[in-house]
Amino acid sequence: MSKIVKLKKGFDIKLEGEAKKELADFTPAQTFAIKPTDFIGLQRPKVLVNVGDTVKAGTPVMFDKAMDQVIYAAPVSGEVVDVKRGEKRKLLEITILADQTISHEDLGKADPKSLDRDALVAKLAAGGVWPQLIQRPYGVVANPEDTPKAIFISGFDTNPLAADYGFMLEGEEKYFQAGIDALGKLTSGKVHLNLNGASAAPSVFANVSNAEINKVSGPHPAGNVGVQIHHIDPINKGDLLWTISPYGVIQIGKLMVEGVYDASKTIAISGSEITNAAYVKTYMGANVSSFVKGNLNSGHVRVISGNVLTGEKISMDGFVGYYHNQITVIPEGDYEEFLGWLMPSTSKLSFHKALGMFSFLNKGKFKVDTNTHGEERPFVVSGVFEKVLPMDILPTYLFKAILAEDFDEMEELGLYEIIEEDVALCEFVDPSKNDLQKLVRSGVELLMYS
Amino acid sequence: MKALKNLFDSVKPNFEKGGKWEKFYTLYEGHRTIVFAPDLTTKAKGAQIKDATDLKRVMITVVIAMIPALLFGILNIGHQHFLAVGEEATFLDKAIFGLISALPILVVSYGVGLLTEFIFCVVRNHPISEGFLVSGMLIALVMPPHIPLWQVAAATIFAVVIGKEVFGGTGMNILNVALTARAFLYFAYPANISGDQVWTYLGDKMAVDGFSGATALGVAYSASNDGTPVVEALASHNASIGADYSFINMFMGWIPGSIGETSVLMALVGAAILIGTGIGSWKIMLSGFLGTYVMGTIMNLLAVNEYMAMPAHYHLVMGGLAFGIIFMATDPVSAAQTETGKWIYGLLIGVLTVIIRVTNPAYPEGIMLAVLLMNVFAPLIDYYVVKANKTRRLQRATV
Repeated sequence: MSKIVKLKKGFDIKLEGEAKKELADFTPAQTFAIKPTDFIGLQRPKVLVNVGDTVKAGTPVMFDKAMDQVIYAAPVSGEVVDVKRGEKRKLLEITILADQTISHEDLGKADPKSLDRDALVAKLAAGGVWPQLIQRPYGVVANPEDTPKAIFISGFDTNPLAADYGFMLEGEEKYFQAGIDALGKLTSGKVHLNLNGASAAPSVFANVSNAEINKVSGPHPAGNVGVQIHHIDPINKGDLLWTISPYGVIQIGKLMVEGVYDASKTIAISGSEITNAAYVKTYMGANVSSFVKGNLNSGHVRVISGNVLTGEKISMDGFVGYYHNQITVIPEGDYEEFLGWLMPSTSKLSFHKALGMFSFLNKGKFKVDTNTHGEERPFVVSGVFEKVLPMDILPTYLFKAILAEDFDEMEELGLYEIIEEDVALCEFVDPSKNDLQKLVRSGVELLMYS
Repeated sequence: MKALKNLFDSVKPNFEKGGKWEKFYTLYEGHRTIVFAPDLTTKAKGAQIKDATDLKRVMITVVIAMIPALLFGILNIGHQHFLAVGEEATFLDKAIFGLISALPILVVSYGVGLLTEFIFCVVRNHPISEGFLVSGMLIALVMPPHIPLWQVAAATIFAVVIGKEVFGGTGMNILNVALTARAFLYFAYPANISGDQVWTYLGDKMAVDGFSGATALGVAYSASNDGTPVVEALASHNASIGADYSFINMFMGWIPGSIGETSVLMALVGAAILIGTGIGSWKIMLSGFLGTYVMGTIMNLLAVNEYMAMPAHYHLVMGGLAFGIIFMATDPVSAAQTETGKWIYGLLIGVLTVIIRVTNPAYPEGIMLAVLLMNVFAPLIDYYVVKANKTRRLQRATV
């Protein structure tokens, strides 16, 4: 049965710098990287290529020794120019200098309906698309040996300045359907596609079959797949679910229909410091310098791969993360402000209606920098997290259980149901400025490796 | 501003590692962050932007919410004084008299409290927390006018050390810090904080004939013992000097009492600020008043004496109930922290206040003990609310 979920809790962060729905004419990116650090839970990455090797799009470049059937593939064809390692030889980046025209490995077409499950799993794992499947609990790359009780796809993104799926995935209907058909074989239960109940579905999702369509509406984090799972088919101890982004579904579909690993991707270049905020057609792991340099309103900025709530700071020459559909550029906030905590203002964004902060009167969009607006403190104000987490979970108690490393409490209070992105908004609104996403990950790791 | 920044920059090396005041870095940092919001930025991973509200702003909002009560309290000290000694006085006379009484108490509670905090910050090397901004004001507002200042100092030190720092500082305390200060005085120096003589300051003058310094709660209790209807006793009390304890007078706050506690109206202005800004829990406030009213009504039904027969709504305006529920019970650290728990917590505070007031002659001001008692029980209430949540989550598994 399809479900209709209406959420009240949450907070929409309205920022300046939304990407215009058009493809901009940026100089194409030259280099592309695959970063093992993007894959949470990737334990022992092993590189399969050396500097100087030539690869095609879809050539295996890396795998995880702990889950060796899943390969991580080159997004583009070209020459491997760098294998960057950090402290203790930790693998950081495998960089490929792209060819002018991209050539693909021929991985063989297949009809998901006629393949048996094992053959399909093997094909997806060897075809480079497997890491798109994320397992819940824990939010790590799915294990091909498991069978999930359902697969969840969130068809909309409510994060600040998020890329518009309708524009990003336009014209990919055929591949999306093929991907859904393949996913249907992987689970013992249903494939849930959750769409925004407040607006019309984009064309790519319009005529999907073989999936259960649910409608979810409300402020952010309504688009978070974790919140949707909580209301549609919650995770209990011992349950296993998989999630995948619509882009990942299309990648699977392309592998089925075309027999290639296609990493082409439309990403949004957004943020208040971007002069020409628009979309660009490129490949996964693109170097962002050609989109950012010469496209800035000011010099002192932070470039973020992903959105401002869950993203990661990258350098001006950095690469877009594997799971990210956008980059966001905002001002750095490393300045002191005279009586900054006291002065009345309508231009500072706040969820709270504390006196002297009148942002709730401002119906426009905000330009927000990276200043933390205060120092870290113990939890003092109660009931704040509860207002922005639309789940039957008591976040304050869950956080305290993690701090105390109390395994039973963590389990019972719902740590199986959340990962970093679900508490990102809690982290934003917290007046005590704690790093809650990091805290949640440390709790998840305790449970995972215990 | 630039000059101020330069000043901070110029003394900074002394406080940094290796400097001569290295130990006092936390004090330096604390003061700098008050003048200048710090230049900290978000980390590389996680939320890249943060809400503009921090604990400092939360705390200052509570302080602002208490200012109407403080201003009224100052005026009322003067008002009560001139009524009692039977002199005509202008608004200005009253305000100045009140200021002379209240300001030293405020200065001592903030000065001594912050000094104690600073010592702990330096010794333990943890950042200066803004929690005392609120506690310092609260302590002053629950003191009788002209309490000996050394007692205020002693109570403040006790509250900060035993009420807060032994538990780990702001955010970790079990009891409301300001109430701890008051309870300390209540039991250590009862002569200066209870009875009929401390609520109106006469100075070296004599009270006029017919004046009695008893509080409304005291009047109610003794009237009940005499078998007089409480409402009548309140209305005739001090009527000869034009300061009767009518409902409206008690609501407005023109009665003797602690500095900031007497006016229900001003407490409600504070409540409006706290609720409007989302800082104070409206659930605790509403259920607190509701509990008082419900228990008052139950007392009416049982009515074996005149105090119990007093109309329930009188409980709402007598003593420091409104102030206690609005500013003390809603302290987010010592109150129940779950949303369901807040309803229960507030309700029980109201209920307990009436029970203590009506049945226990030793403690006419029930709200203080009720809040302290419920502070202790708040974790238990939360425990059961959290347990209910866990049970719900477990039941779901079978579906």
